[in-house]
Amino acid sequence: MAKERADLVKEMENTMENGLMNQQEVRREARGLRELSIKLKVKNLDFYYGSFHALHSISLDIPENQVTAIIGPSGCGKSTLIRVFNRIYELYPRQYATGEIILDGRNILSPKEDLNLLRAQVGMVFQKPTPFPMSVYDNIAFGVKLYERLSRAQMDERVEWALRKAALWDEVKDKLKQSGTALSGGQQQRLCIARAIAVKPEVLLLDEPCSALDPISTAKVEQLIEELVDDYTIIIVTHNMQQAARVSDFTAFMYLGKLIEFDNTSKIFTNPRKKETEDYITGRFG
Amino acid sequence: MDREKDKGSFSRGSNPFFDVFLETFFSFATRTSALFVFLTIFAIIASLFWGSWPAIKRFGLSFLFSSEWNPVTEKFGALVAIYGTLVTSIIAMLIGVPVSFGIAIFITELCPPWLKRPVATAIELLAAIPSIIYGMWGLFVFAPFFADNIEPWISDTLGQMPLVGPLFSGPPLGIGVLTAGIILSIMVIPFMAAVFRDLFEVVPPVLKESAYGIGATTWEVLKSIVFPYTKIGLVGGMMLGLGRALGETMAVTFVIGNADRLEKSLLMPGNTISSSLANQFTEAVGEIYTSALIELGLILFFITFVVLALSKFLLFRLTQKEGVRT
Repeated sequence: MAKERADLVKEMENTMENGLMNQQEVRREARGLRELSIKLKVKNLDFYYGSFHALHSISLDIPENQVTAIIGPSGCGKSTLIRVFNRIYELYPRQYATGEIILDGRNILSPKEDLNLLRAQVGMVFQKPTPFPMSVYDNIAFGVKLYERLSRAQMDERVEWALRKAALWDEVKDKLKQSGTALSGGQQQRLCIARAIAVKPEVLLLDEPCSALDPISTAKVEQLIEELVDDYTIIIVTHNMQQAARVSDFTAFMYLGKLIEFDNTSKIFTNPRKKETEDYITGRFG
Repeated sequence: MDREKDKGSFSRGSNPFFDVFLETFFSFATRTSALFVFLTIFAIIASLFWGSWPAIKRFGLSFLFSSEWNPVTEKFGALVAIYGTLVTSIIAMLIGVPVSFGIAIFITELCPPWLKRPVATAIELLAAIPSIIYGMWGLFVFAPFFADNIEPWISDTLGQMPLVGPLFSGPPLGIGVLTAGIILSIMVIPFMAAVFRDLFEVVPPVLKESAYGIGATTWEVLKSIVFPYTKIGLVGGMMLGLGRALGETMAVTFVIGNADRLEKSLLMPGNTISSSLANQFTEAVGEIYTSALIELGLILFFITFVVLALSKFLLFRLTQKEGVRT
């Protein structure tokens, strides 16, 4: 069985070389052949901003080492949903969630959950680049220092590793001592991704990571997602349906705080079960 | 009709000479305002020098190092006043900066929403109290309380310790350098706390979120994100507080005791530059006496200038540590 899969992958790589399929598609097809296990299991999640009921009884299973895209019109609760996954919403008063989110067999919504460790395990990248007011090197080292005691050499190695992973190393290797805020917008965003992966999380939440970027930087970030997904479970919120179609394996469509449909990306975009999904992806509303 | 009138008033070139005049006048007016700053500083320095020249000529540098202040023999030295000014300000900052940080951090990061407004308003009210009231309160309420309850304890404990012992020994008088420093700290806290709070509030929430998002605690976010992000303002806020502490006159005059002797102990009365000036200008007779007082003013001006320069230097060093900007 495994051998067959390997053969299939090889065959597809050959197909790619023949120029019949692009690299992204091949990688995705290859990924689809993996055994799926569930990384995050969301059960009956409700979320409230004070008295406003923002998420209505969401249940979905997010598969490990796959890219899951969350799409939907503005204000449908996409960002709210991923902000529950690392409980970042708890910084603000009067926001609360009910239900269960199971990560590695434990309910992360339980009050006993250690928030700092959870956020080390579930990293997040925001819509706008948010470099910290320190050097490029320290931007990466900051998060690592919170959890690990590394020697200078080990830290150098980790910083380089994270920057290479984020496809930023070649651009900043001579500017590690420069302020992170002095980089260009696209570089800043990749720096934020490098920072998030430097602490070696298991899940990476991307909240519209490309909405403030130009097309070239967007392409770089998308390629990066493709490469990272072998090691991480990635959840990406995006306004851009082409982007969801390009990078994701699974897509969740949300509307007015409800999960309308969740399925394979190709299924959602070619043969959705629900009328709302079809209307949205064909641009009839939203 | 109205439309045509509107059009007329907005169109360019309806009166080109007026436009050009306005432009020139505007540029001239702003430049003059800016130059006015230089003029004022220069005028103040010049008049301070002019006024203090007789004293400078007579005492020279010894004015700075002599602790004698005797109007009868016309022997003057500024050491007591300089020492009092610096020490009271240092005490005020030592108490005021941590407390102001605490207040600002509590309000912006930890305070439950319903308590935010009352605390912020109370701080603003504290800042609005005139300094003379702090002075009266310090003299009639705080100093007796301090003499009866705190000072005996201080001289029994800290006063017995090696090294710092001499700083905290002596009779419990209530009024003195330490009391003045404490009153000053209460006076500078509302200013610094209000500045710090405003600064912490302008830190973009996404920046804090992304730090919390990789698992930083509140303290780590403050230390590594909020403080560096706001450092220019923080130093500015401290300088505002220090400037006020150095120059504060009335409240200090009430509680410092106005003694022109140099005492080791912080519990003993002392003097500051500004309270010397306030107390003695009216009774100053003779050229030298007046001139010595003006020279005190010049020294105070110089001290604040040095403080400002040091803060700029500190900022420069901090910015370098953060990483080079291109």
